[in-house]
Amino acid sequence: MSSRRILAHPGLVVGLTATAGFALLALVSLFWTPYPIGEVSIARRFALPSAEHWLGTDQLGRDMLSLVMSGTLTSFTVGSMAVVIGVGIGVPLGLAAAIYGGLVEWLVLRFSDLTFAFPAVVIAILIATLMGPGASNAIIAIGIFNVPVFAQVARGGTLTVSTLDFVGAARLAGLSRIGIAWRHLLPNIMSLIIVQGTIQLSLGILAEAGLSYIGLGTQPPETSLGLMLRDAQSLFLIHPSLSLVPGLAIVIIVIALNIAGDGLRDVLDPRLRSRRRADAAR
Amino acid sequence: MRVTKSIALASAGLLLATSLAAAQSTEIRIGVPLEPPALDPTAGAAEAIDVVVYQNVFEGLTRIDENGAVQPGLASSWTISDDGLTYRFSLNQGVTFHDGTSFEAEDVKFTFDRILAEDSVNAQKALYSSIADVSVIDPATVEFTLSQPDELFLFNIGRGDAVIVAPESADNNASMPIGTGPFAFLQWDRGSRVILEQYGPYWGEKPALTKASYVFIGDTGAMTNALLAGDIDGTYNFAAEALPIFESNPQFQVLVGTTEGETILSTNNAKPPFDQLEVRQAMAHAINRDEIVEGATYGFGVPIGSHFAPHHPYYLDLTGTYPFDPERARELLAEAGFPDGFSATLKLPPVAYARLSGQIIASEFAQVGIDLELINMEWAPWLEDVFANKDFDLTIISHVAPFDIGIYANPDYYFGYDNPQVQALNEELNATTDEARRKELAQELQTIIAQDAVNGFLFELAQTGVWNAKLEGMWKNAPVEGVVLRDIRWVE
Amino acid sequence: MTNYILRRILGFLVTLLVAAAVIFFLLDLLPGDPARFILGINASPEAVAALRQQMGLDSPALARFGSWLMGMVQGDFGHSQTQRLPVAQLIADRMAVTLPLTLFAMVISVAVGLPLGILAARHRGKATDTGLMILAQVGVAIPNFWFGMLLTLAFAVSLRWLPTGGFSPWAEDPAAALRSLVLPSLALALPQAAILARVMRTALVDVSSQDYIRTARAKGMTFGEAMWRHGVRNALLPVLTILGLQFAFLIAGTIIVENVFYLPGLGRLIYTAINERDLVLVRSATIILVLAVSLTMLVVDLAYGLVDPRLREKSR
Repeated sequence: MSSRRILAHPGLVVGLTATAGFALLALVSLFWTPYPIGEVSIARRFALPSAEHWLGTDQLGRDMLSLVMSGTLTSFTVGSMAVVIGVGIGVPLGLAAAIYGGLVEWLVLRFSDLTFAFPAVVIAILIATLMGPGASNAIIAIGIFNVPVFAQVARGGTLTVSTLDFVGAARLAGLSRIGIAWRHLLPNIMSLIIVQGTIQLSLGILAEAGLSYIGLGTQPPETSLGLMLRDAQSLFLIHPSLSLVPGLAIVIIVIALNIAGDGLRDVLDPRLRSRRRADAAR
Repeated sequence: MRVTKSIALASAGLLLATSLAAAQSTEIRIGVPLEPPALDPTAGAAEAIDVVVYQNVFEGLTRIDENGAVQPGLASSWTISDDGLTYRFSLNQGVTFHDGTSFEAEDVKFTFDRILAEDSVNAQKALYSSIADVSVIDPATVEFTLSQPDELFLFNIGRGDAVIVAPESADNNASMPIGTGPFAFLQWDRGSRVILEQYGPYWGEKPALTKASYVFIGDTGAMTNALLAGDIDGTYNFAAEALPIFESNPQFQVLVGTTEGETILSTNNAKPPFDQLEVRQAMAHAINRDEIVEGATYGFGVPIGSHFAPHHPYYLDLTGTYPFDPERARELLAEAGFPDGFSATLKLPPVAYARLSGQIIASEFAQVGIDLELINMEWAPWLEDVFANKDFDLTIISHVAPFDIGIYANPDYYFGYDNPQVQALNEELNATTDEARRKELAQELQTIIAQDAVNGFLFELAQTGVWNAKLEGMWKNAPVEGVVLRDIRWVE
Repeated sequence: MTNYILRRILGFLVTLLVAAAVIFFLLDLLPGDPARFILGINASPEAVAALRQQMGLDSPALARFGSWLMGMVQGDFGHSQTQRLPVAQLIADRMAVTLPLTLFAMVISVAVGLPLGILAARHRGKATDTGLMILAQVGVAIPNFWFGMLLTLAFAVSLRWLPTGGFSPWAEDPAAALRSLVLPSLALALPQAAILARVMRTALVDVSSQDYIRTARAKGMTFGEAMWRHGVRNALLPVLTILGLQFAFLIAGTIIVENVFYLPGLGRLIYTAINERDLVLVRSATIILVLAVSLTMLVVDLAYGLVDPRLREKSR
């Protein structure tokens, strides 16, 4: 895709810019935050925004800006690692189902049904409980539900693409099924996967917030936007900014990702647009 | 548009409902953070059970009052033999259970036989292990024989775990509790609320309230909103961080009282490096108690220097034993062979005071070179890991049993403190009836465990209730678990 | 055809059996002793052991799995270990809250989402479209516990129009029961409505470029007429699919909203049961949910198969 096509799409520009901004903020927190996030100081808690603390401090006197930076990193990490799990397992499954059909397809579809049939929230809670609460286990709990989503996207995309002329030509030229999948199918469904990836990423960030709300997501002294929001919930009437800052951060990030996803879909491959269960798969 | 209209209609109905409720003023709705799994206080440890039924639905031979003193309950009086081994109770007459059956000495015997039985599932069975025999003298008299003197006997039989139940109904008490108290169980909307109503034929003084609902609200924010909106009339122990909302509001009163909860940084004394006195002393010096009290309890907790409740007459202030002194802590660590500090885990149960204290302590310990890894756990695995298997370095927990310094004399207890001197002193304390000598012994015990820095002694939990300003008669303190309704009334 | 139905039913049964096994053994791995949890910190080992035996925790896992399965086949879902009531009764009680809550949320989301989606598609590319789609983005992006709290503060605490939460049983006061479901349904409906609006808009936009719309217009219908007669109906298929998925998600996914509004719903029942290690309750409740969702999917699939023979060739 050309840069002109990107620039011609204002939503995509806004979405990508905002996402990149937050991603940058998050990455910087790997090396530097204004204050260490574990540094508790009760004497300076609930400070209003000032030159020292741009966004003020929280109930333990920690710097809110540092927490937002680090929390964004955790939220992004959980969301994107869950996508990696979904893509890594789901896409090969979906491709295999489409290429081989028969029993393979039946098994993949049954697995898909099974995962959709499980009450997602209950299973996520069970997994988090089983493995102990924490960000890394939230990744698994969320990632499992990304697997059938990407399997379906890959399978659906492949079924559409494989009827196209060049696939038939490749088959005539004697390429093996795996060869076709690798050389022709995967690149063609890549755009679908990327689009779905941005959507699942945003859903993952929301899911992490939900898990954190019931106490099974990220655990202190680590922080995430969801955890910050939960900790501030009971203080909302006294110190609303503690809740507004992470809350708005989540809203903006999710919107940015969704807008970027919509834009990418338009720009990358308008032809395949109609085939998506994207929005449904929450 | 239809939605808007129905909201308007609904709100009109609601306004009507609230004004009606205000006019009656003999009903109360109390917010409770946890729903009890069952309502039988003699077969489960959940605090939420006692909150609903203790002294309301069920009564014991004695009852504990707001200040922790023992008062007559179903027993109108008692005599104690000189050797402290025989207790003879005279029982109140004309008492009936809520199903109409009468209360007699046989019910007392049944209750205690059930607690002490082989297959008993009473959570506090050990508290009653000194009872050797319960015999019925006549329908209104019952005699207990103890195997050894037990100063806490009268207190313990007044707890929720030893309320009197009837053989006819005991098996169903979990879902359909039947006791002798001023309030009878009316209904339980699972997941939502329990409703009690005044029991007409109650033998004692009639309470002012006719109906009480316990509404289960787990989310602190939701509880705040419910209080503000008047959907509930009060709650007995609310999150300290939200209290400023109510302290400044004339429609509410905030009651600050005491509990029996010594909150400690429990230390695995049997496990290196915590078996070294210097290490424990270093940790004690590294703890900034004031900061923890402020940060974790918003200043409502009371600092403690040993394992003893500050409001108890035997209390000795030992908070100065190891003052906050990071420099001294580092020196002691170096003496113990850890000039660069060490790493340890801190396993935290799912309660706000533990999670907050944990983060603060981790930050404080980092300054003296002790690197704590925080492990947040749910109750079930915490109980298993820390309490049953003693698989932990450090944990934070509030010990809510009253007068429980005796746990330091049990070498098998989870924090693994084994000191023969403490064990001997505790044995003497249990066998002593002379008040002055008891005080001396209790204070000696407090001093030894403080100096041994057995655990990090943090603070005594406070009880912080939020109630409608027009209510009176609520317990301020929590000497035992329970929200006792008998004296609560609406005043104008 | 028969072959297709048989294969589909076989798949359904396999799904159920695998689900049952997964749930059973996953729960057996949960750390923490149920008996110790009930008796708490000061319980003596003997009391814990006595309770473990009462709860039947001492027999081997396979035997317990077998008797659980056999019980369910005979319609006996067992007794809750902490609440000591039949699981079926507990679930039925909670369904009286969760089912209406889910249905209200879906009705609201359809009533709000579809018209907005149609409106946006009608004004495709104009300010209305952009504005509505931005609103839809916000709707999807707000964490629902946060939105629920904001709703409560506005309508329950400040305006006092509605209760902050809780639930009075239908039998006692249907109006009060209804009132207490208004805010939670709104909180649940917001993201669903936003999703539906987007899906509806996209589907309509896709449909509008189809041949039959062009043909209809060529026959002299206005664009609006053509869309109404042919477009909306065709666009409803993806919408229905999504509604089905949303229902499956909501029926057990309301736990967070139930917490914010302290509603006695199914999600909270299961969540509490997990915390209290009430294994029988968690297992049976989960499998009932799996059963409900798979049964719905089975019926939908079979219906599709009957309506559209091509589908069963192509996708199954």
